[in-house]
Amino acid sequence: MTLHETTAREIAGQVRSKNTSARKVAEHFLSRTRKHDKTLKAFLSLDEEAVLAQAEAVDERIVSGKEAGPLAGVPVAIKDNMCVRGQRTTCASKILENYVAPYDGTVIEKLRRAGAVLFGKTNLDEFAMGSSTENSGFGATCNPWDPSRVPGGSSGGSAAAVAARLAPLALGSDTGGSIRQPAGLCGVVGLKPTYGRVSRFGLVAFASSLDQIGPFAWNVEDAALLLSVISGYDPKDSTSIDKPVPDYLSTIAGGAKGLRIGLPKEYFIEGMDPEVEKAVRGAVKTFEKLGATVTDVSLPHTDAGLSVYYVLAPSEASSNLARFDGVRYGRRTAKAGNLLELYERSRAEGFGPEVKRRIMLGTYALSSGYYDAYYLKAQKVRTLIRRDFEKAFEAVDVLLTPTSPTPAFKAGEKADDPLQMYLSDVFTISCNLAGLPGLSIPCGFSAGNLPIGLQILGRPFEEDRVLGAARAFESATDFSRVPGGLI
Amino acid sequence: MSLTDQDVNHVARLARLSLTDEERDRMRTQLGKILDHIAALNKYDVTDVPPTSHVVAQPNTGREDEPRVFDNIEGILAGAPDKEDVFFKVPKVIE
Repeated sequence: MTLHETTAREIAGQVRSKNTSARKVAEHFLSRTRKHDKTLKAFLSLDEEAVLAQAEAVDERIVSGKEAGPLAGVPVAIKDNMCVRGQRTTCASKILENYVAPYDGTVIEKLRRAGAVLFGKTNLDEFAMGSSTENSGFGATCNPWDPSRVPGGSSGGSAAAVAARLAPLALGSDTGGSIRQPAGLCGVVGLKPTYGRVSRFGLVAFASSLDQIGPFAWNVEDAALLLSVISGYDPKDSTSIDKPVPDYLSTIAGGAKGLRIGLPKEYFIEGMDPEVEKAVRGAVKTFEKLGATVTDVSLPHTDAGLSVYYVLAPSEASSNLARFDGVRYGRRTAKAGNLLELYERSRAEGFGPEVKRRIMLGTYALSSGYYDAYYLKAQKVRTLIRRDFEKAFEAVDVLLTPTSPTPAFKAGEKADDPLQMYLSDVFTISCNLAGLPGLSIPCGFSAGNLPIGLQILGRPFEEDRVLGAARAFESATDFSRVPGGLI
Repeated sequence: MSLTDQDVNHVARLARLSLTDEERDRMRTQLGKILDHIAALNKYDVTDVPPTSHVVAQPNTGREDEPRVFDNIEGILAGAPDKEDVFFKVPKVIE
């Protein structure tokens, strides 16, 4: 078996037991990336020297008998909105084109301590605003299953890199579906943890009450392994929660017997894509065969999710992105006569169309006279959405839904219609609004051989249960594949 | 919902974004459509519903107000568009 068909867990084991070296692993994935990333464009930057230096440091630790960590020598690709000291961190935005992060985010520190090899920065929709990675300031990423289609977004680079097995693991961030949706469209496992499970320190903020960092992996075990490494309280993020982190690897083997599954009827609507419905209904049958019980539940405020999200996320974004003013870092216009022009022109030159649209929308919603009608109202309806989930979770342990309404769509198909693009996140948004953990796992293929994702939602801090359900499903099925031509 | 050019200009000024005429036209139409969609919120009765302030209940956390030294000041200054010594330089603020 080649290294790119080996799980992250096995790679770390082989590195620790000196069956292979971190350097060999790094070279293998560098050479794969060199070969395939010209077409895929999953990476915005990949510092090969830094990759090899980290790998050699891991090997030295092992040779000298030191503990190398649970991710010893495993390459992990990083979405380019997370700060890695000494590396460019662009958020796929022209405004940060030459920004070099002066510090490591907390997840990056944790990865280094776990022996991981930070493997390049992946493409995204600018500042994580989008669902196709087409909003990148530096060109779009292709879906490894069909290069004429989008990988989803905003973490499309991370999803494509893992799907094409250019790296065994990747980190993404998820504000309204930005891990789960691309995981679904690229046929890999992606998890958004409970809000507060993972520190956001060093993640460039988009919508602070919704953003979470989470893992992409080839299988559930690897996702559990990476989640165990990055989770935990961080004094540098006051919204991270001080709760013990389970060893998720040891909690996922329980099977699905007795698992109480809810199917929210609002997620199975008339006119839904028949292939998506068939695959998800098939997954439900698999769970029943495994001994789970299935009941219909209702989340009556589901259809408010998109509207609530498109008030709250742009509002928070308009405030967070105010820091990009051309003064301390990032792009500064050459054409400013005074300070106001410096702000207005630096931002006009640096931000792309979707980011401008959201800043405008958020600024409007927060402007004098509109706060009650938009922001406050949205936060109240958000409470109704949270209560829907609380009520549903009184009777069931997890919820199953499609991850996305359709398989991967064609590049350019929704690029000129922001609302159509927003609708591709309709099934993933409520999870962020309620702060729940959510995972996407492959559950089938369309007639055109495009992966279809199953979403599993759980109660806050029940990642173990969500991962356990996913693991049971994965063990009973065979939907985890390498795209043709990339084997 | 229809927005006027003045609305868009006002919001753009608040957001410190200068827009071209073409951008302003597109923004007016697109924001109008998105606001129409958001108006769906009005069908929900939220009397007596408290706004969500935090999704996971959490006590306020405090810490001692102690200064800490950041170890990479050169790294910060290296990214400054314009600087002098350890200061960021901007165009003259006061005439």
